[in-house]
This record gives sequence, C-alpha cells and structure tokens, in this order.
Amino acid sequence: MMDVWDFVAVPLSYGFMQRALIASIFIGAVCSVLSCYLVLKGWALMGDAVSHAVLPGIVIAFVLGLPLAVGAFAAGLFCALMTGYLKDNSRVKEDTVMGIVFSGMFGFGLVLFTKVDTDQHLNHILFGNMLGITARDLVEIGIVSGGTLLAVLAERRDLLLYCFDPQHARAIGLPLKVIHYSLLVLLALTIVASLKAVGIILVVAMLVAPGAIAYLLTDRFERMLVIAAVVAIGSSAVGTIVSFHVDGATGPCIVLIQAFVFLLTFFFAPRRGVFALRRA
Amino acid sequence: MSLVAAKGRRTHVASADVAATLSVRDVTVAYSNGVVALRDASFDLGPGTICGLVGVNGSGKSTLFKAIMGFVDPRHGEVRIASLPAAEALKRGYVVYVPQSEEVDWNFPVLVEDVVMMGRYGHMNFLRIPSVEDKRKVDEALERLDMSGYRHCQIGELSGGQKKRVFLARALAQEGRIILLDEPFTGVDVKTEVAIVDLLRQLRENGHLMLVSTHNLGSVPDFCDHVVLLNRVVLAAGPTARTFTQKNLERAFGGVLRHFRLEGGELHADEDRRRVTVLSDDERPVVFYGDERGDEEPLRRKNHEDES
Ligand SMILES: Nc1ncnc2c1ncn2[C@@H]1O[C@H](COP(=O)(O)OP(=O)(O)OP(=O)(O)O)[C@@H](O)[C@H]1O
Ligand SMILES: [Mg+2]
Repeated sequence: MMDVWDFVAVPLSYGFMQRALIASIFIGAVCSVLSCYLVLKGWALMGDAVSHAVLPGIVIAFVLGLPLAVGAFAAGLFCALMTGYLKDNSRVKEDTVMGIVFSGMFGFGLVLFTKVDTDQHLNHILFGNMLGITARDLVEIGIVSGGTLLAVLAERRDLLLYCFDPQHARAIGLPLKVIHYSLLVLLALTIVASLKAVGIILVVAMLVAPGAIAYLLTDRFERMLVIAAVVAIGSSAVGTIVSFHVDGATGPCIVLIQAFVFLLTFFFAPRRGVFALRRA
Repeated sequence: MSLVAAKGRRTHVASADVAATLSVRDVTVAYSNGVVALRDASFDLGPGTICGLVGVNGSGKSTLFKAIMGFVDPRHGEVRIASLPAAEALKRGYVVYVPQSEEVDWNFPVLVEDVVMMGRYGHMNFLRIPSVEDKRKVDEALERLDMSGYRHCQIGELSGGQKKRVFLARALAQEGRIILLDEPFTGVDVKTEVAIVDLLRQLRENGHLMLVSTHNLGSVPDFCDHVVLLNRVVLAAGPTARTFTQKNLERAFGGVLRHFRLEGGELHADEDRRRVTVLSDDERPVVFYGDERGDEEPLRRKNHEDES
C-alpha cells in the first residue's frame, strides 16, 4: 500500500510535477471531448494535419514577437482553410490535399526553424515538454482548454447533429458553415493548448485514442463523452507520473498508455471487443 | 448563433396557423456534369394537400426535392414556401424533408430516440435542452410509427424498413407544415405503407401540405389529391382526377411501364368496347377501365379517400 502511495506522492512533492499533473488533466479533458467528434466525423487526419501545420506559425510568431500560441492557432487554422479551399476547387480528395498542405507547412516550419534563432528547442515543440511547464503556461493552458471545453459541451448536440446528419441540420436551418468552422477553430485551440505537453507529433494520439476507446465501449453519445474523458484524464495523469519514475519523456508515456488501453478495449470490450464478437 | 435569433425562431415555429403553400416557379437545375435534371418546373400547391410526384428513374424527382430544400442551387427559377423565400421558411422550421435514402453512418452512437429528438432541435433554444413537451412529441411520434419498442436501440441495429420509420418519426416530431417525402414507401411492407398513408391523411386534415414521390402508381389515386408528373420537365400538374390519366402516364413513362391490356373477347362475351389497361412501374399497378380514349380516371381501391 505504502508503495502505491509513494509512487504518486514522491513525484508530486516537486512543483514541476504538480504543474505537469494539472496540465495533463486539463489537456486530457479537452482532448477527450474533441476526440469523440473527430472519431465520429472521420477527422483523425485533420487533427494530425492541423497539429503539424502549426510549426511555421510558432516560428513566425517568435520572429514577430507575438505569443507563440497565437501563431500556432493561426497556422493551424490556415491549414484547415487551405485544405477546404483546395478540395473545393479540384477533383483531388480531401485527405490527399490535406497530406500535401500539412507536410508542406511542416517542412516550411522546419526550414524556418533552422534559419531563425529561437529560444525554443525543436524537440520540445515536436514532442512536448510537460515537465518544463511554468505557472504562466499553466494559466494559458487552463484558459484555452477551459474555454474550448465549455464551448464544445454547450454546443455538443449541434456538433453531433452536424457530424451525424448534416443534411438534416441544414434542413432545420442550422448554419452549417458556421458549425463546420467552429469545430475547426475548437480543434485548433485544443491543439494549441496541448502543444506544450505532448508536442506537435503526438497530439494526434490524444485527439483520437480516447474517442476511439469510448466508441468501442458504448452506443450512447453522452456516455461516450464521459468514458473518453475518464480515459484521457486517467491516462494523462498516470502517464505523467510513470514518466517521472522511468525518467522518460512525458508525452510519449501518455500516448503509450492510451495506445495500450485502446488495445485492451479492442480485445476485451464487453460488446464490441474482438472476443465478445467471437463469442456472439 | 445568438440567443435572440434562437428565441425568435421558437415563436415562428409555434405559429402553426401559417398557410402551408408551395410555389415552384420556372426552376431549372443543372448538375456540375452538365446534366439538366429539371427544366422550367412550375407548379403550385396549397394547404390540406397530398400531392404525388411521379416519374421514371432519373426524371428529376429527388432533384426537385433538393431544389426546394436549397441543397442544389437552381440555375434559375424560384421556390417560395408559405409565401416566403425557401431559405427563410427552412430557418423557421416550416419544412420537413425525408430523403430517398439517409446518408448517415449507421454505426453512429445514437439511439432511435436520439434521432427522433433531433427533429425537435428547431423548437429548442441554442443549448438544445429538451423540454417536457419535446419529450412528449418524441414519444408520440415513436408511438405513431410503432417504434416505441425500439427506442433504446442503436440505429444500426434496425432493419431497413424500421430505419425508414425512425426517420419518418423524426419528421413527424418536427411538426413542419410542409412535408417532403422522397419515396417513403420503398422497402417498407404493405402494413407500414398503409400506416404511413393514414398518417398523411390525418396531417392533411390538419392543413399540412405533403409532396410525396413514389413509384407505386396504384396507390397514387388512393391517397393523393394532386399529382405532378415529371420527366425532366413538369408534364402535367393538378388534381388527380384530371391529371393522373392514362394519356399523361403514358407520356410520363414512355416505354418504361409494363403495360397489359385486356379487351374484347378476353374480357367480355358481348360487344362491350371497354377494356382494362394495367400500367405498372413497380409493385402496385394502376388500372384503367374504359374505352379507347385513354383519358378516363384511374380506378381506386375502395374505402380509402371516402373517409375524409
Ligand atoms: N449529384 C449528381 N450529379 C450529377 N448528376 C446527377 C446527380 N444527382 C442526380 N443526377 C442526375 O439527374 C437526373 C435526375 O436525378 P434524380 O435523382 O432527381 O432522379 P429521380 O427522379 O429521383 O430518380 P429515382 O426514381 O431513381 O429516384 C438523373 O439523370 C441523374 O443522373
Ligand atoms: Mg429519387
């Protein structure tokens, strides 16, 4: 018993670990609700694309002396809009366009990064630096993720209808374009909030795994939200603490735990798991 | 969306006494591949109407629905609903549309009752929190379509006909005055078809306007008081008795219809010149009985229409 206590208490005696844990809870919460929509709408690649595309935004914001989060947000949104524009004006499919746009922007970001002397470590941008989160970062993460979370929860039914049956949404006069872009904005905000913790490369895992796990476990959307939140917050917290003990990077630890939980669910989910389907 | 706008819509929806009218004026729709699916379509319908929309595959029935709903942009022409531009009428929740096939992900984690509740969104404020009234309407709609027993099923667990009924229940719960049904009878059994037709009749009593496309030509005279015959253009539109004639049907369907004709010796021993003509596009044939003129009224099955 004592061991379990120590396992949690020792890391938490450090200030940086406390901040990391709080941040992981915020980020887990906001990523989990967003992930439900991304999974249902088939937007996993969109999550990956927007997150990679923020890199040039970060560098440019640094050059201009703007908050990095602003640059990241603008670049992420630019990627999503650009993808939409190119798709609408050519016969190429959306995922193809997205692949080109986001890798292009990511490449541009890398080139910029080597040309510009920033005070940032590329590794931290790419893979996150959970343990380096300052009190100021924490406030920023809290505001962005809290606001995003509230907005998504308030509009969760409209967003669901938009994902499920856009035609009906339109038929009852919902502003489809507005909802579409709101979802993109919320996605970009979520990514911005998560960057410090898990980085550009791995954030997509946070944006997909909790929703996918919950999707395997329930047929009701409201429950899906709750399960995803529990999974995401739980694995973020556990991952953060484990990373302290194994002396590994935090972001990858969180992502690894989520992947593990997904596999468990995939095999053992009561109704939709592989074994349950076999037995049926 | 602002709170004010959402509230504004609520009051509009509540005004159930808006006159259900539909006016289609010179609507021409061309798809991006150049196919002109509809040319200069015009017709008018008033409240308390069930109008059948009849035509061969590819005659533009679904396209007409989409044009009314604003899902495709007409090249020119105008649709007015309840004397308003179509977009405005949609915003106010006057119009209900059940497409030919639902293009939804059947694995979506929503239950039957959730889907029907989506029909009530237009009546709720922007947070979409259902009121007691909303829940009651959902119960009623499920009851009317005999789907109450399935309300907690995930939608993918239903049969094709049951899925259709769920979306009809949603349409019913929506309480629009103008109801557009694109082939509501395909894939449902006769019992359900009869139930749907009964429902449509009741809605007609209450002054609703319904436009229903179908290939069941035989049912058309049973429940439609108006008919629009379509084949890229509106061939004929008007009251069933005047419009749904053998001549017009033959124009609408050309060689597509199965066509049986029984006359003379096959039918009578005497000198009666009348003959039976059976036209069939689908399961239920339409039967004409009379002499050669080809403009007589179709036969109706008994004891329907007369109830109203
Ligand atoms: N999205 C589209 N793009 C291009 N052409 C289309 C599209 N949808 C329909 N069409 C064409 O428009 C014409 C009318 O199609 P529509 O779906 O309105 O027919 P319909 O009367 O509903 O037929 P059905 O009885 O088979 O449902 C067809 O020739 C079809 O090929
Ligand atoms: Mg059609």
